[in-house]
Amino acid sequence: MRKLTLKRPLALLPLALFLVLLLAACGGGPKTETQPQASLPEAQVDPATAGSVTGKVLFTGTAPVMPVIDMSSNPQCERQHKTPAKAETVIVNSNGTLRNVYVWIKSGLAPAKWPTPTEPAKLDQNGCMYAPRVQGVMEDQAFEILNSDPVNHNVHAECERNAAWNESQPPRAEHKFKKFASEEVLFPVTCSVHPWMRAYVGVSPHPFFFVTGDDGTFVLKGVPPGTYTIEAVHEKYGRKEGKVTVAPSGTASIEFSYGS
Amino acid sequence: MAVNTYNRGLHRWSLVLAFCTLLLVVAGGMVTSRDAGLSVPDWPLSYGKLMPPMEGGIFYEHGHRMIATTVGMFTIVSLVWIWIVEKRQWMKWLGVAALVAVITQGVLGGLTVLLLLPWWISSSHASLAQLFFSTTVAIALFTSDWWLRGAKTVTEKATAPIRGISLVASICVLCQLALGAAARHKAIGSIYHICGSPIVTSVILWVVLRVLLHYADNRELRLGALTLITITFCQVFLGIAAYMTRIAYADSVQPMPLMVTFTVFHVAVGALTMAASVSLAILVRRNVETA
Repeated sequence: MRKLTLKRPLALLPLALFLVLLLAACGGGPKTETQPQASLPEAQVDPATAGSVTGKVLFTGTAPVMPVIDMSSNPQCERQHKTPAKAETVIVNSNGTLRNVYVWIKSGLAPAKWPTPTEPAKLDQNGCMYAPRVQGVMEDQAFEILNSDPVNHNVHAECERNAAWNESQPPRAEHKFKKFASEEVLFPVTCSVHPWMRAYVGVSPHPFFFVTGDDGTFVLKGVPPGTYTIEAVHEKYGRKEGKVTVAPSGTASIEFSYGS
Repeated sequence: MAVNTYNRGLHRWSLVLAFCTLLLVVAGGMVTSRDAGLSVPDWPLSYGKLMPPMEGGIFYEHGHRMIATTVGMFTIVSLVWIWIVEKRQWMKWLGVAALVAVITQGVLGGLTVLLLLPWWISSSHASLAQLFFSTTVAIALFTSDWWLRGAKTVTEKATAPIRGISLVASICVLCQLALGAAARHKAIGSIYHICGSPIVTSVILWVVLRVLLHYADNRELRLGALTLITITFCQVFLGIAAYMTRIAYADSVQPMPLMVTFTVFHVAVGALTMAASVSLAILVRRNVETA
């Protein structure tokens, strides 16, 4: 039998590795899907019969204590906070509700093209934190990104259904304007210069979405009568959904509950 | 065949190159552990400049690029030096292979930034880094006075074949490093890397015990085996520590210094494990003659 020599098998090591990785690479890369909207009919809502969906997002159990963010790697960020900034992953309001939950109509609406708001949705970088933490935008709505900080940021939209991008934004640079073509709830926006920075964006094909604030409630107005699946999405605690029926000119209520 | 003479300058330069490459591996580990890989979105420039403000993650990403550029230049000097003084043809081609590897490594590094860290490019970048480091260590080994003085050979015992399994050990280490790289870049779960650990450790133990039990009279083999097993045990400890800290700080605001420290040491000692296993395989090939 032929014996192995030193040179040949060692030389084959990188080749074998690359073949394995190349094979694994098939199917890799970002996924981009677009839903053709042009062929859909214009959405029609009769104001006389439109109703609404209201509710709140409760939090049960002990609210987790959010740690202080160590910004010492960039003193200019640190100096912008009178008191040390804390992580915003879980914010439980004083009334026992949960903030920063994205609530939207997941399904039930007739396929239609809803008018896109002319005002851009805004994401600011201020004190090396994103504001707002969670927000919704409509498909093809302008998404404006500002840098109010005296430091460099990179803005990385970690989309999966939309095309992901990563761009630098120096201090006092021009605002960036982006658009997201496809429904995607939620994806993170991150900054690798300041790895604690994290925001979440939900892209919806319609205007029926809401992000809970300091009272934990939500309201979806102008909803056509019908039965819908309402979904709540939180960055840490994940997704919950429930069904509601909106009667003509009526208000349907639903509550979601998360817990530690 | 032309006889090569020891060139102290080349050997010392090779040691410097190997040391700088280890620093580069550490710097690369810092970039990944601190999630700083995309802090500089452009390449080959950084924020359109040669020297951006070294703040936050930019310090790690651009620092990594600066060390990489230095290592690339050192590799070019190494190649030129080897082609001038070396009489061994295969050494000249090893120098060329090192340069090709470092250029490929640079391109992979740039592509992974521009394509937003696709796991297959990032994992290839991390794995090729380990191979390149082993290549620089091998060059340092081949250019040493000790290597050029010749070996005291022993005959391979039929009851204890070692040439094949020492090579198998190197391949196992490389596969384990590739699994670790894939896990770090979120292509696979850490479980594959964790499950690979006892297998690779067992193969290394097998090789080391075989050397120590059957070829311990050969000082070079004995030292090579002891070095490999010492590094491997350190690596297993670091792997456990890196995993435990990752679990402990899963909900914390990243990056956590303790987790970063253990993980980066685990990456660096992984490179040393690879280099030690390759060195032992080379020594076995040189010192153990087939019957």
